[in-house]
Amino acid sequence: MIEIKGVHKSFGDLQVLKGIDLEVNSGEVVSIIGASGSGKSTLLYCINAIETINSGKIIVDGVDVHNKKTDKNKLRQNLGMVFQQWNSFPHLTVLENAALAPRIVKGFTKKEAEEIASKELNHVGLGDKLGEYPTRMSGGQQQRLAIARALAMEPAYMLFDEVTSALDPELVGEVLDTLRLLRDDGMTMICVTHEISFAKEVSDKVAFFHEGQIEEMGSPDQVLDNPQRERTQQFLSKVL
Amino acid sequence: MNLFTPLSWSDTGFILTGIWNTVFISVVAIVIGSILGLLIGFVRAESSKSLNIILGGFLDILRSVPLIIQLILFSTFIGAMGYPLDPFVAGSIILSLYTMAFMGEVFRSGFNSVPIAMIKASRSLGMTYWQTVRYVRIPIGMRAVFPSWLGVALSVIKDSALVSVIGYMELLRTAEQLISRTQQPLMILLGVGLFYFVISYPLSRYGKHVERKMEI
Repeated sequence: MIEIKGVHKSFGDLQVLKGIDLEVNSGEVVSIIGASGSGKSTLLYCINAIETINSGKIIVDGVDVHNKKTDKNKLRQNLGMVFQQWNSFPHLTVLENAALAPRIVKGFTKKEAEEIASKELNHVGLGDKLGEYPTRMSGGQQQRLAIARALAMEPAYMLFDEVTSALDPELVGEVLDTLRLLRDDGMTMICVTHEISFAKEVSDKVAFFHEGQIEEMGSPDQVLDNPQRERTQQFLSKVL
Repeated sequence: MNLFTPLSWSDTGFILTGIWNTVFISVVAIVIGSILGLLIGFVRAESSKSLNIILGGFLDILRSVPLIIQLILFSTFIGAMGYPLDPFVAGSIILSLYTMAFMGEVFRSGFNSVPIAMIKASRSLGMTYWQTVRYVRIPIGMRAVFPSWLGVALSVIKDSALVSVIGYMELLRTAEQLISRTQQPLMILLGVGLFYFVISYPLSRYGKHVERKMEI
């Protein structure tokens, strides 16, 4: 379970998060929507401690993420993250990309790590690309590789930061299909996304961010089909 | 009696020693210079502006003072202090530092070429700071600057000829001695020039080949 309580975050004078409260239960899919600059991505970075917070608390499975004593590297093993840019390691093959972290971070042997990696790569449909170099693959394939690479650490949670935003339109579908697959596996996920119809389809909960605050939150039916707040209505009328 | 004796087969050993010494001091300087340069490049990519200004100034001196002057100053200075060094040792030290100054810049831009997003992605997988350096930043950054690295390495091989001025018997100094004995400067210098070409050219061809392979 991820508990976010009263989180504030500023970059210098700019307040990016102004008191965020959010709970994500095991097995839930939560989508975060909102305009650019509303703090959606920053929240994800704060959840796995890539960014610090100014006040409030983020607790993952009872562990206080921003406590000085918390082993951040250990914590991140449990929180897989996929970014807008896929960031595949260009010097490694697809298989090595996914096997690297299990080997060096978790201490698996090369063989064990490659077994886990190939299992996840098969799962996302890249089973026939194991020996390829990622720079030869499409953006959609590289993004699926990034998902498999995160899954190979066997995390309990997955954080997705606008994973389809940098893709050519015709490649978005295959990545969304992969996310659907994960939802069907019962993975707990937080998806920052601009794909409203996708959010409607997969989410248990949708949060609409506006200027660093959660303006409206609830089931997809509530937030996306019957938004109560004026700002949510305005945003949805622009993007739909 | 003729004062001058022409080049003969009995000179082969002498010439081979000169060639070997050139190769040896070049390899020493490239290896030590690259290792130190990697450290310097990393420190420069990571450190604050003030440390960078100090370090950058020091490297600028090494890069802008002609190597021949550095060699003479260093070996004279050390000698005057009462610690005369073997020409090979003195030459290796200066040539390595000179190489380091150039390699430091090469490697710094290598480290800077790895996007921050890539580093964040690596950290998000649970890698420690040093694991991202070892497994992500060094391999990716160093590939990016391989052509520049090779360029510096090739020029070090040629610059190693300057170590002759402090008495190290590398190829050029060997040639000078043969010239004063045989009085055939043109032929001998032509041979020496050809030798530098023979080792540099295949290396640069090989570099092109590796570069193509790494582009993938």
